[in-house]
Amino acid sequence: MTPEELEQISESEHEAQGKFAHRVNVCVAAGCLSCQSQSVKDALDKDITRRGWEGRCQTKGVGCMGLCAEGPLVSTDNGTMYKGVTAADAPEILDSVESSPIERLLCPTDVPFFQRQKKIVLENSGIIDAERIEDYIGSLGYGALIKVLTEMTPPEVIQEVVKSGLRGRGGAGYPTGLKWSTVAKAAGPAKFIICNADEGDPGAFMDRSVLESDPHRVLEGMLIAAYAVGASEGFIYVRAEYPLAIKRLRTAIRQAERMGLLGTSICGTRFSFRIDLRLGAGAFVCGEETALIASVEGKRGTPRPRPPYPAQEGLFGEPTLINNVETFANISPIIRNGGDWYAKIGTEKSKGTKVFALAGRVQNTGLVEVPMGVTLREIVFEIGGGIPEGRKFKAVQTGGPSGGCLPAELLDMPVDYESLARAGSIMGSGGMIVMDESSCMVDVAKYFMDFCMTESCGKCVPCRVGTYQMHRLLESITQLEGTPKDVALLTELCDLLKNTSLCGLGQSAPNPVISTMRSFADEYKAHVEERRCPAGVCGNHRNSEEPA
Amino acid sequence: MNRPAANIKTLKIDGRDVTARPEETILEVARQNNIFIPRLCELKGLSTVGACRLCLVEVKGSNRLLPACVTRVEEGMEVTTSSERLDGYRKAILELLFTERNHICSVCVSNAHCELQSLAQKLGITHVHFPYRYPVVAVDASHERFIVDHNRCILCSRCVRVCEEIEGAHTWDIMGRGIDALVITDLNQPWGSSESCTGCGKCVHVCPTGALSEKGRSVAEMLKRRQFLPYLTLMREDRE
Repeated sequence: MTPEELEQISESEHEAQGKFAHRVNVCVAAGCLSCQSQSVKDALDKDITRRGWEGRCQTKGVGCMGLCAEGPLVSTDNGTMYKGVTAADAPEILDSVESSPIERLLCPTDVPFFQRQKKIVLENSGIIDAERIEDYIGSLGYGALIKVLTEMTPPEVIQEVVKSGLRGRGGAGYPTGLKWSTVAKAAGPAKFIICNADEGDPGAFMDRSVLESDPHRVLEGMLIAAYAVGASEGFIYVRAEYPLAIKRLRTAIRQAERMGLLGTSICGTRFSFRIDLRLGAGAFVCGEETALIASVEGKRGTPRPRPPYPAQEGLFGEPTLINNVETFANISPIIRNGGDWYAKIGTEKSKGTKVFALAGRVQNTGLVEVPMGVTLREIVFEIGGGIPEGRKFKAVQTGGPSGGCLPAELLDMPVDYESLARAGSIMGSGGMIVMDESSCMVDVAKYFMDFCMTESCGKCVPCRVGTYQMHRLLESITQLEGTPKDVALLTELCDLLKNTSLCGLGQSAPNPVISTMRSFADEYKAHVEERRCPAGVCGNHRNSEEPA
Repeated sequence: MNRPAANIKTLKIDGRDVTARPEETILEVARQNNIFIPRLCELKGLSTVGACRLCLVEVKGSNRLLPACVTRVEEGMEVTTSSERLDGYRKAILELLFTERNHICSVCVSNAHCELQSLAQKLGITHVHFPYRYPVVAVDASHERFIVDHNRCILCSRCVRVCEEIEGAHTWDIMGRGIDALVITDLNQPWGSSESCTGCGKCVHVCPTGALSEKGRSVAEMLKRRQFLPYLTLMREDRE
């Protein structure tokens, strides 16, 4: 594959798509598929055949359009978007491509949800067909790879990533350029690239959506990384609970191999790289990099102490670069547009954009990509459309079970790595769960502790027994049987787990408890001193109905 | 002949100047200098896993506590092995272990020869202030010479490591996760019907508590003999 050949594929793809007078895009990512978007697409196809429009109107299965709550989503080439579409609406939609839009199904796109977003990672989502490499190439795909192979040296690639200021999107926010240069400098007969697609935070679906909507983008990011650090083999560790993402990744790998973009002597250069999939078996802890490596090696997925870091001694003892899906997805735009372009977006220390999965008690649940530094208020109330049913906002939980709950007072805080950490939460991988007044924060803390207890691997004592003890204390408090002494024990265990656990799971397991204790101390107090749950969630419901 | 310059690190442990080879860990150097650091999962001759978290020490300049068993020495390191904070954490971790299973010393074969018990005594634990769990766990006495009593297991994984690394049988492993984790033989078959077990008994003798014991021992009668481990390690090093 040469730059010219790539250009040719891109042109013939544009030509092929340009032949159609109209195009109807149907979201076939997991969210919309689960509300029967495939039958919508089938009905459209059938109706096109019935009308004899085959050469005139094309339907395309595309990736996530973002507003998952309103699925199935359908868009037409004149910029109209329809929500909640059913198969029965197909003829009407086809009628509308040549006349005025259907008011009944219209999903306005001039609202903040769409207007306030800035799409870099998701630039192709909802636009291209994830199962066709030609469509990706037609959207500048693999251009960045050709560019680095023909015009750039590995140190120049790393320099560009350093310049961009990109930080790991898996949660901890480690500078990506620094990680790459560490692996590049590490000596080893073999080096590995691993893409961490073991997304496990409750309510988070950013990585799934990227993999389902634009899998080639992740492959391209891995290829560029491999070229930069000198690796010849890569693995994508994807959880088995994402069958569609796995299927599309497999398709994408096969297509890239067939085109000579993956495999030996890529694009006629000496650079070779192959990618294999490894499926996670349902352990949250395998998102932790050392546990993930153990799992890829075929061992029990438990973390080990660091150092040595994977960049020095990783998979099979060799230097290994592990990045998250979203991190890799940012690479090709950075190479295409330059590190300086990327560094202009976002805040001083947190560059670029971040994809968030907006879930919970918010009007517009779905996937959003915003520049770093926007406030929580903008995300929840403008983009998210606020709280439904006129209820009052209570807290937003970021970072999953390792994160914290941020109260209304912190709504004007900018969303970046440092601010979130200062507020007692973390950026995490991008899950954002909005809670309203009907949620009890002690109950929320118990939910996350239950998650951590169940997902603890059991290797180190503080996490294995500590999460159990903390869960039991929270259980007794939410049964309205707790005492102030239980809260004191809980505080002691928070400190113990944070400081003595082996890996990030145990060290951050207390975060939901610490943050709710800090911002909602009065709720804990009401539970243990007055044996009352202010939100009316906890306790024995028979008791709460009795007159006080 | 050019001799490579001696690569020796000097560091301070609890204010004492000590020297070490670069590949040594803080725990090894402390042990050579008779400085006590509590630990339960580490055992000389086996690989280190850093799991019990009792050997956490303070290192000047690091805001994290570091496990002495896996942390390599560095030039100029200043290590504190005992402080109010560390002792507090160690007691809490030991207490958590006591609450996890059913540790009843008075009826235990390892009474007075138990590492968990002696460590608790050494750290001055008089009571446990977390609620006990009292789980119902099994005893497997199907093996003709040995018994595994999960009530006394602390999941240190020494048995797993000695069986895999020294005996080469890999009979033991860990099943399940979190609080439900359990050491098992083969694919959770009764020990007595294990096809991989060689009956060598190494696991029994590295076990820090009474979880693994020889049959026919009564209370406090189970003495663990560990001489084989340094001996085998030494002999194998010589052969290499």
